[in-house]
Amino acid sequence: MIVRILGEGQYDVADDALARLNSIDNDLGAAVESGDEAAFAAALTALHDGVRAAGTAHAPDSLDESDVILPPSGASIDEVRELLGDDGLIPG
Amino acid sequence: MSMWQRFSLIFRSKANKALDKAEDPRETLDYSYQRQLDLLAKVRRGVADVATSRKRVELQVNQLSAQSDKLQGQAEQAIKVGREDLAREALTRKSGLTQQIVDLKAQQAQLQGEEEKLTLAQQRLSAKVEAFRTRKETIKATYTAAEAQSKIGEAMSGIGEEMGDVGMAIQRAEDKTAQMQARAGAIDELIASGALDDASSLNRGDDISRELEAMSSQSDVESELARLKSASHGGAIEGSSAAGALGAGTSGQPMQAGAEETPVQQPEEGRA
Repeated sequence: MIVRILGEGQYDVADDALARLNSIDNDLGAAVESGDEAAFAAALTALHDGVRAAGTAHAPDSLDESDVILPPSGASIDEVRELLGDDGLIPG
Repeated sequence: MSMWQRFSLIFRSKANKALDKAEDPRETLDYSYQRQLDLLAKVRRGVADVATSRKRVELQVNQLSAQSDKLQGQAEQAIKVGREDLAREALTRKSGLTQQIVDLKAQQAQLQGEEEKLTLAQQRLSAKVEAFRTRKETIKATYTAAEAQSKIGEAMSGIGEEMGDVGMAIQRAEDKTAQMQARAGAIDELIASGALDDASSLNRGDDISRELEAMSSQSDVESELARLKSASHGGAIEGSSAAGALGAGTSGQPMQAGAEETPVQQPEEGRA
């Protein structure tokens, strides 16, 4: 599947890496909800590292849509909330 | 729904919302392509803006480093002539500059990072815009307006996502650059106002350099005197000229006063 890290580009990630990435993603979601900035930064970095390690760069001249889009590295909880929050999808 | 799925859905819906639809779907292609070119131009300007900010910070680092080096030199000179108080003053001022230099270098590294990110974003967008252009021409040549619909949808969503991503990257870079420009502006003002210059300003002669120069001009006078004296003892000199040299030596006051003014300007030329 194709994963985009915002600000960085698209990666082709093998499906067998998904379980691990999904578990990190759960940590990320928990951190956003609890507002734990340190846990959020750690989870986001782990998620990015996991995608980069398991994936290969997707052809830059393709016009394919990504299956999954991740916040940019260095993003804060507030920035992510702001992106999500406009549509009222984030609780709390 | 997982965190990243939510994030993806929202990001995508925003990116798609930003794409306007024309009556003939094939016109949408041209319109979108025009917007892609506009965005590409914006990214290029963004890269240039960040580079300008980075160069400005680099220049400031160089200016402050040069001042710091000069203060170090002053401290060494002061120690040589046994003025620990002056050396301490010079080193204190230097340590103030050191912190600023560290901060500026961190900013410089951050701007460098932004510049690299934007440059890569520009390359990615550029590759996709070119791919879009090719696809657009194929679609327009091959399909009727009715048929084109789904093909256009495919091409548009991919480029829309990239445009959303790049748009966000520019926004982030602009925000960071704006913060740093405010700080860089403050430092430029400090340098221009002479506040930093006064602390270290060797060009115009601050109090530390004035004292050091006064001391060195004093010793210049002494050594010049010594040289003249030894020359006069060297023999074959007429009594009158020897007396003249001695006269200059004994009436030391006016000569010293003159000598004190010249060295203040001499080092300025030497250092510039």
